[in-house]
Amino acid sequence: MSAVVNPLRGRAQADPAALMSRTISDASLRKHYRLDQLFRHATRFFAFLVLALLAGILISLLFGSLSSIRTFGFGFFASAEWNPVTEQFGALVPIVGTLTTSAIALLIGIPVSFGIALFLTELSPKWLRRPLGTAVELLAAIPSIIYGMWGLFVFAPVFASHVQPIIKSTLGSVPVIGALFRGPPMGIGVLTAGIILAIMVIPFIASVMRDVFEIVPAVLKESAYALGSTTWEVVWHVVLPYTKVGVVGGIMLGLGRALGETMAVTFVIGNAHRLSASLMEPGNSIASALANEFTEAVGDLYLSALIELGLVLFFITFVVLALSKLLLLRLARREGRTT
Amino acid sequence: MNAAVLQPVEQALTQKIRVKNLNFYYGKFQALKSINLDITERKVTAFIGPSGCGKSTLLRTFNRMYALYPNQEAQGEILLDGENILGPNQDLNRLRAKVGMVFQKPTPFPMSIHDNIAFGVQLYESLSPREMDERVEWALRKAALWDEVKGKLRQSGTSLSGGQQQRLCIARAIAVRPEVLLLDEPASALDPISTGRIEELVHELKADYTIVIVTHNMQQAARVSDYTAYIYLGDLVEFGVTDELFIKPKKKETEDYITGRFG
Amino acid sequence: MDLYTRRLLINRFNLVVSLLTMLFGLFWLGWILFTLFKAGFGGISAKLFLEMTPPPGSDGGLLNAIMGSLLMGAAGTLLGTPVGIMAGIYLAEFGSRGWLAPVTRFISDILLSAPSIVVGLFIYEAYVVRVGHFSGWAGAFALALIVVPVVIRTTENMLRLVPDSLREAAAALGAPQWKVIVLVTVRAAKAGIITGILLAIARISGETAPLLFTSLNNQFWTSNMNAPMANLPVVIFQFAMSPYEDWHKLAWAGALLITLSVLALNVFARVFFRNRTATY
Repeated sequence: MSAVVNPLRGRAQADPAALMSRTISDASLRKHYRLDQLFRHATRFFAFLVLALLAGILISLLFGSLSSIRTFGFGFFASAEWNPVTEQFGALVPIVGTLTTSAIALLIGIPVSFGIALFLTELSPKWLRRPLGTAVELLAAIPSIIYGMWGLFVFAPVFASHVQPIIKSTLGSVPVIGALFRGPPMGIGVLTAGIILAIMVIPFIASVMRDVFEIVPAVLKESAYALGSTTWEVVWHVVLPYTKVGVVGGIMLGLGRALGETMAVTFVIGNAHRLSASLMEPGNSIASALANEFTEAVGDLYLSALIELGLVLFFITFVVLALSKLLLLRLARREGRTT
Repeated sequence: MNAAVLQPVEQALTQKIRVKNLNFYYGKFQALKSINLDITERKVTAFIGPSGCGKSTLLRTFNRMYALYPNQEAQGEILLDGENILGPNQDLNRLRAKVGMVFQKPTPFPMSIHDNIAFGVQLYESLSPREMDERVEWALRKAALWDEVKGKLRQSGTSLSGGQQQRLCIARAIAVRPEVLLLDEPASALDPISTGRIEELVHELKADYTIVIVTHNMQQAARVSDYTAYIYLGDLVEFGVTDELFIKPKKKETEDYITGRFG
Repeated sequence: MDLYTRRLLINRFNLVVSLLTMLFGLFWLGWILFTLFKAGFGGISAKLFLEMTPPPGSDGGLLNAIMGSLLMGAAGTLLGTPVGIMAGIYLAEFGSRGWLAPVTRFISDILLSAPSIVVGLFIYEAYVVRVGHFSGWAGAFALALIVVPVVIRTTENMLRLVPDSLREAAAALGAPQWKVIVLVTVRAAKAGIITGILLAIARISGETAPLLFTSLNNQFWTSNMNAPMANLPVVIFQFAMSPYEDWHKLAWAGALLITLSVLALNVFARVFFRNRTATY
């Protein structure tokens, strides 16, 4: 033991109360209390700010669309007319385009994402899992404008010359759905936009699916294997039902992304305010209409109609995302009950 | 310790903490039922009992750690040097300056070893850098860690081994000069050799501090403590001098637990 | 065929399909990256970083666009990060009681996935129209709005990972709550929070839509944030949609530049996080 002597030691043994009152003054404790309050209020303020931002977005969009709402009313949603000259605007074409491209994206994306998640969790050798998972996430990190450029300059020509003719000759001749595939093989159009959107949402949905598949308790899967099930049966009959709420949440996340995607769709959808039955025809989505026309829009009504389109898009994505959040909440509550 | 020698000395020692009719609730669940207990100054008191029966809960009322969480409530009285710490006017920071705590898992702060110890001291005192260094050295010596870390005080606290981290946490708790030390299963996450060193430390520290230790290891309680309380399902079943309780327990439940008949 | 053989065949079939989907995903990734490198690599030269965006038909670089993106990205990050961190601290440390925390978390998650073009519209209505002109600041505000929900989510998640025993240890010494949070908890989660900021930066580097009607574009060099400002994504959009061959070349080079930065940031963030996190 060295010669270090604690300067307070002797006094502490004699009169602890006096020591304490000398070292922690009431003033400094009050200061700490006030700082605590200040800090809590500061963080609270920023949380409120987030709420204010959402309110701000809704209010400003409403405000901007007022003249369009007043002029067109509910007819806005039923009209396929889009004429800046006569100032007649209708949201039908962009809304249909947004919904159609997103539907195609999900139709292709969900099964593919499921397959990828299945591969990553059950089939892939352990050492491949991390690199493959990273590759999937890289697909998500590629900025959407690159998808757009690649889609327009690389994918569309190849699609037009090699794939579309095949689709037309096979699916195009089938009685009812054949109507979906009429028209010249231009490469761009609603179908192309949907396919590119599918590639963009696959990493999102696949990541969520993989994450929820991974937390299925091993004992659950083992008991199914112990009964002699094949891998596929375990996944289809045990893993998927167990994770279904999380899977649906992931799908809705992908849907939210597909609905709002701008640049990739703008490049390849063709920017045509025309409603047609065929998917191979060019069309328009809300986001691409905004991207293409907003900066050149002249006239208050034109601008206001575009902003109302934006409001509609925000509303649609809000509803989809809110539903997915509520579903995920239910998942969390269910897990709390079972643990 | 010879029980016969203890008797007259016991009366002369003060009761540092007196627990009167303490009830504790997690929400609607009652975790402690009418606990009455005295903790003697400068002695080691151990709480033993099966997991989940209230030992840690009782320990954490002594520094009102439960106040960090909603839905946890204590009713009754706990007198520390005569003052009821459950009272509404009790200043929590002041209380925790007097009553220090070491946790089950070593919790070094993400800072250097020196700063870990200085953290608590800086809350209450403004010391010059030289005085702070002296205090840090004093605390580390008390915790039997000085020789191992004296050359690397600026390194991160997380770079130490588990046993060293726990002694760092003990040094950190001592550095603020508390009067009572609460140890919540301090060695349960450590290997046997580190455990032995912690137990030696407890034995040295009790000359200066009142120590309450929670342990699920009965042999440890028998080795280390002067008094033992056996807590089962929220009730204080038996409390007494350690040697007496282990050799000749007064209640059958105590005997069942000690002999390993359950739990 | 009997039931058993059929089950085995179905199993084999589906597993093969699963492998095919994985290859499918990798195929697109490979094709896109290959195209990007092939078309963009030729355009990468010193000139890219030294000259301004040219009028059609002449040679040039992307200097003003790169500069604009850096300026607006930095401003957006500096504006959005403090908001995100403070709100994230509120959600993780003070959010156990009351209604504000669940609502804020809900809204932050919605903003996280909201269409970024709507964010651009909002800034247009709320700021550009009021001020009367497009500007780099408007672009920065739009980017900040995208940064905020990303930082909120990562900050909250990282703070939640810090074990309660660490907070209790600091409280047990008598530290006031703000010191526990600032000096101990946030410090322990530091690596994760920084990673979140890096990922937010990676995200805004590639965003085009919010800049379309906020910062607009500018053919010339400007460091005046109060005027329309060139930026890489919008320049690429403009050049790519044009009929000019040399503009296309520049667009591909710019696209490659953005992709490399985004990928590098992502990889760096991951490696940084793995190396710096203290394990408890």
